[in-house]
Amino acid sequence: MASNPFTEVVTKISKAPSSGEYAADKLLRGIVWACAAVILLLVAYIVFELGRQAFPAIIRFGIDFLIGTTWDVQKQTFGILPEIWGTLFSSLLALLLGGGLGVAMAIFLTQDFLDDRVSNVFRTVVEMLAAIPSVVYGLWGIYVLIPLIRPASQWLNETLGWIPLFGTSLSGPGMAPAALVLAVMILPTVAAISVDAFRRVPYKVKEAAYGMGTTRWEAILKVMLPTASSGILAALVLGFGRALGETMALAMLIGNSNQISLSLFAPANTLASLLASSFPEAGPLEVKALMYAALALLAITLLVNILGLWVMKAATRKFEGKA
Amino acid sequence: MYPLDQPRVLVMQSLRGFSRTLVVSAAVLLVACSSGDDTVVENTAELVIRGAGATFPEPLYQKWIDSYDEQTPNVAFEYAGVGSGKGIAMFLAGKDPAGEVYGGAEIDYGASDAAMSDADLEQVGERGAVMVPTTGGMVVLAYNLPGVDTLTLSREAIEGIFSGEIKHWQDERITATNPDIDFPRRAVTPVVRRDSSGTTYIITSHFAEAFPAWRDGPGVGKQIDWPGSTMAVNYNEGVAQRVNITEGGIGYMEFQFAKRLGLPMATLQNKTGGYVAPTAAAGSAALGSAPEVPEDLRVFVPDPPDADAYPIVGYTWLLLYQQYPHAEKRDALKDAVLWSLTQGQPIAEDMGYIPLPADMVRLARAKVEAIQ
Repeated sequence: MASNPFTEVVTKISKAPSSGEYAADKLLRGIVWACAAVILLLVAYIVFELGRQAFPAIIRFGIDFLIGTTWDVQKQTFGILPEIWGTLFSSLLALLLGGGLGVAMAIFLTQDFLDDRVSNVFRTVVEMLAAIPSVVYGLWGIYVLIPLIRPASQWLNETLGWIPLFGTSLSGPGMAPAALVLAVMILPTVAAISVDAFRRVPYKVKEAAYGMGTTRWEAILKVMLPTASSGILAALVLGFGRALGETMALAMLIGNSNQISLSLFAPANTLASLLASSFPEAGPLEVKALMYAALALLAITLLVNILGLWVMKAATRKFEGKA
Repeated sequence: MYPLDQPRVLVMQSLRGFSRTLVVSAAVLLVACSSGDDTVVENTAELVIRGAGATFPEPLYQKWIDSYDEQTPNVAFEYAGVGSGKGIAMFLAGKDPAGEVYGGAEIDYGASDAAMSDADLEQVGERGAVMVPTTGGMVVLAYNLPGVDTLTLSREAIEGIFSGEIKHWQDERITATNPDIDFPRRAVTPVVRRDSSGTTYIITSHFAEAFPAWRDGPGVGKQIDWPGSTMAVNYNEGVAQRVNITEGGIGYMEFQFAKRLGLPMATLQNKTGGYVAPTAAAGSAALGSAPEVPEDLRVFVPDPPDADAYPIVGYTWLLLYQQYPHAEKRDALKDAVLWSLTQGQPIAEDMGYIPLPADMVRLARAKVEAIQ
C-alpha cells in the first residue's frame, strides 16, 4: 500500500507556531510600535524643549508677548503681534490664490477636459514646482516678480488708494510678492491632493449625475466637488500649514518690517522669517523670546490643523453621508 | 574638435559666470539669515590666526589679509564678518559662544566699529585688551530712486526720514534742498540693520548729537528700536542689497558697500550747515577735526564741526589682547597689525576708507608694540 503523501506535510502545516515564529511576530510588532512611538515622542520632545527654553520668556512677558508690537533688543521688550498678523495674512492670501488655482487645476486635470496622457504630463509639471528650492523662489521673486508687479501696484495705489488693501505702493519686498510666491509654492500640494480626491470619487457617481440630466458644470460643481470635498479640504489645510511655516523665500520677500498694515504692498514680517533672521545674532533673552515665538508658530499651526480637521469632518458628514 | 569645442566652452563659461552671480546674490541674501561664517576658507598654513567682528571694515581686512599672506606663507590670517556686537562677544569669550563661527574654535583678535565700553573692558579678565583703530570710514546714506542720481539732504530731512515722519519722497523737507529734481511718487522706505552693528552705533551717535529729539527718543546703540516702518536686515551687505531692490529705499552703510553695488549716495548737511558729499577728503577732514586723542584711543566724532567735513564718520577698531600665551602667534599678529597701520593705509584709501591721521598711527603703533 502506498503511504499517504500528505501526512508529513499536513502535520507540518497544522502544528502550533514555533517559538521562533512567536518571536518574529513579537519583534515585528515591537518595531512597528517603536516607529510609531518615536514620531510621537519626537513631537512631544520638540514641544517640551521649545517650552523649556521659552519658559523664562513666557514667565517674563506672558500674554503681552503675543499682543506687543515692538521688538527692541536694547530695552529687552519683545512682542510678536506684527509677525502673527503677517504670518496669517500672507498665508491666507496664498491660500486664496494657490488654493483656488490648485482646485481649479485639479478639476481641469480629472474631469475629462484633457486626454489622460496630456493630463499626466500636466500633473507632473505642476508637481515639479514642489521640487524647486525655496531660495530659488526667493530669487525669482526678487528679480522677476517684484519688477513685474511694481507698475501694477503703483497704478492700484494711485487709482484705488482709498481702499486699505492698496494703501501704499510696492517699493520692493512686501506682502504681495510674498503671498504670490507662497501661492505658487503651495500650488503643487493642493493640486496633487485634490486630484487624488477627485480620482477617488467612483465614476458611477458622475454617470448617475449625467443620467439625471445635469450639464457638465452642474455635475462638476454640484456633485463631484461636494463628494470630493473632504479630500480637497485636506489639501487646503496642508497647503495652509506649508504657507504658515515657509521661511527662506519669505525672509527674502516679505520685507522684514515690524508693522501691521492692511496694504498688500507694504513690507511686513512673519514668525518664521523673524526666527530665521534674528537667531544668528540673538542675545540670551532674545533667544528665549524667539523660542516663545516658535512655540506660538507651532500653536498656530496646530490650531489651523484642528480647525481643518473639524471642517473636514463636518463636510464629510454633510456631503458624503458618513458619520 | 577644437573649433567645435570653442563655442561650447564659451557658453559654459558664460553659464558659469551667470550661475556665479546667482550664487553671489544668493549668498548676499543668505547672510541675511545665516550666521555669516560661510566665507571662512580652510587654510593649510602652519599657524592660523583667526578673528571676527565688524562687517564695516570686512572688505578691507580681507584685502589686507590677501596682500599680507603673500609675504608670510607660513602664517594664515582669517577674518569673519559677523557684526560688531558679536565681534565683541566673541572677543570676550575668546571664541564664538554659540559655537558656529569657525566651529567654535578659539579666536585671536576681534573687531568692532564701536569701541568696547568700560563695562565690556571689565569682562576681559587678566589677558587685558588693547583697542587699535585701523581705519576710518564714512557711513553713507545710499538710496534707490529711479531717475534721481544726485540727492541732497538737509539735517531736517535726514531726521524726518529715519524718525518715520517723512512718508514719501515728494515731502517738502526733501524737495526744498533738491529744487531741480522731479521726485517720483514713491514711499520712503528706510532700510536699517537688524543685527548688533557698529555702523548703527556710528549713525545713531551722530543722530543723537545732531538731533536733540533723537537722544531722548530712539537713542544710541548698536541695535535700536527704529521708529516708523523700516525694513530691518542683517549686515552691511544685506542693507545694500535690500536698498538695491527697493525703489524708494534709503539705507545706511559703509561707503564701500554702496560703491560696490553702484548705489547713489546722498550729499548730507554737516554741523556748519554746508552740504558735503562722501569723498575721501571730506572723510579725512571729519576725522581730523576730532579733539585730542585719549590714552585708550577711543575717539568718537559724532558730529564733526569742520566746514568741509562729512558728517557721519567713525573709526573701526581691532580688538587685541594685551597678552598672548603663544609667542609665535603674538609676533605674527603684531607684525601684521603694524603692517596694516603703515603699508596697509594706502590700500585702505584706495578702497574708499579714510586713512588714519599720522598722529593716530603713531599712538596706535606704540600700543601694538607694547603687546606681550
